[in-house]
Amino acid sequence: MRPAGVDDDVPMTLGARRFWRAALPVLVLILTLAAWDLVVRLNDIPPYVLPGPLLVWRTLVGDWAVLSGSLAVTLATALEGFALALVGGVGLAILFNQSRLLEYALYPYAVILQVTPVVAIAPLLLIYLPQQAAVLACAWLVAFFPVLANTTLGLNSVDHNLLALFRLYHASHWQLLWRLKLPAAMPYILGGVRIAGGLSLIGAVVAEIAAGSAGAGSGLAYRIAESAYRLNIPRMFAALLLLSVAGVVIFFALSWVSHLLLRRWHESALVSDN
Amino acid sequence: MADPDSAQPVVALRGVGKTFGNGTVALDRLDLTVRAGEFLSILGPSGCGKSTALRLIAGLSAPNRGGVELRGSADGAPPGVGFVFQEPTLMPWARVAGNVALPLELAGLPREQAAPRAAQVLARVGLAGFGDAFPRELSGGMKMRVSIARALVTEPSLLLMDEPFAALDEITRFRLNDDLLTLWQTLRKTVIFVTHSVFESVFLSQRVVVMTARPGRILTELTIDAPYPRDESFRTSPEYGAFCRHASQALREAMAMDEPVMEASAMEAAR
Repeated sequence: MRPAGVDDDVPMTLGARRFWRAALPVLVLILTLAAWDLVVRLNDIPPYVLPGPLLVWRTLVGDWAVLSGSLAVTLATALEGFALALVGGVGLAILFNQSRLLEYALYPYAVILQVTPVVAIAPLLLIYLPQQAAVLACAWLVAFFPVLANTTLGLNSVDHNLLALFRLYHASHWQLLWRLKLPAAMPYILGGVRIAGGLSLIGAVVAEIAAGSAGAGSGLAYRIAESAYRLNIPRMFAALLLLSVAGVVIFFALSWVSHLLLRRWHESALVSDN
Repeated sequence: MADPDSAQPVVALRGVGKTFGNGTVALDRLDLTVRAGEFLSILGPSGCGKSTALRLIAGLSAPNRGGVELRGSADGAPPGVGFVFQEPTLMPWARVAGNVALPLELAGLPREQAAPRAAQVLARVGLAGFGDAFPRELSGGMKMRVSIARALVTEPSLLLMDEPFAALDEITRFRLNDDLLTLWQTLRKTVIFVTHSVFESVFLSQRVVVMTARPGRILTELTIDAPYPRDESFRTSPEYGAFCRHASQALREAMAMDEPVMEASAMEAAR
């Protein structure tokens, strides 16, 4: 067994490290695409079973008008769900923090909402709500809990000496919240937010899939379902690719925001030399 | 320096008892009077309730029995209280100036009025020009200076310090002890200083109160009858050594009343 962190023994300058960090994933991507292409060509696999990467790319470009519109719809749903989850999660966590009784009363139900698979809830929501609202509700439902749980944890993790200090100077409820608890909870909240960003996209997609062909939606997941019925596999791949890229973009955007907010003081965002 | 005996008491604890929720008796019938302008140390083994006593005086917790009285010097109004914790207890997300200005801003003072006062008190603790730094950029000793500056910014007449230098290395600790005495002599505050260090308590104080553990009670008190300013020459004088011997002796007695066996820990505390 090689000890963990054995790579650190290899002497490497900071520049070289950065180069390989960026270059290696790209290399893996190129090799994977080449292998994929080779498998399709050598076995003569028809595009309705497995399209080659070039065909997927051509479909993406060719169907861009349809796909980009669907992407916008799905992204809008995910972002709305995310925004509602952020407001709702942080807001409810603040309420819980102000009133223990409220937390005791409601927290178990927040957990139940979280552990019940959204795939199973989506069809029900689609019965009772208009499709747009149902999809939004799903996006909200999955993204909401990480924000709530992390914010609750953060608000309860405030240094007790700082709390005593605020008490000593007769800080009001608002001062305690704005000047101490929320800033102290910020790293936790942002951790929850980063998870919620990706989950809201998943929630939106799950609901669109559940709505399926019965729905009148035009989101990316709807395109995937529709393409499946029409055996338009290249378009399925193109839509899937767009979803992945959207998820990655959301993740990096939120990581960047988190970094901006924490870079001055929090350990997680400080630049380390090794 | 005013004669401490003639000065008014600013703090009076009468028969104070404090029992925690889990049944631990932290303090039992504690009587303590602190005179205005006095530098008093409370010396005792860890867990003897000395921090609890300090928190009672600060009003951070309430006694189960007895009374805690605070009196201001002239008009009878309660004195302003500054508190320095064992750790620097700074907000990591706020700059040094923001941390120091916090008590003023919590009291509703606008930022533009609080800032110059924070800068002033930072200069007093030797940190002029560090207002824009973040706490993580400072050394342990500097963080503690920020913490002291924050306690002083409201110009309290009573300064409560809870083992503030316990986590610092000895060199830093000596320097902070020297600077604290200078501050005390210029600002003329009443200081109650909790410590488990014999040397520190003797070097700093006019009076050392020795406490026993479980239940916390005052065993004895020593008057450190040496003139100020005290500096390096006092620290190496035979006089200082004698005071330290008395204090160690008292501390050993206090520990003996607690647990009979632990000889090693008694020696450790006396060191």
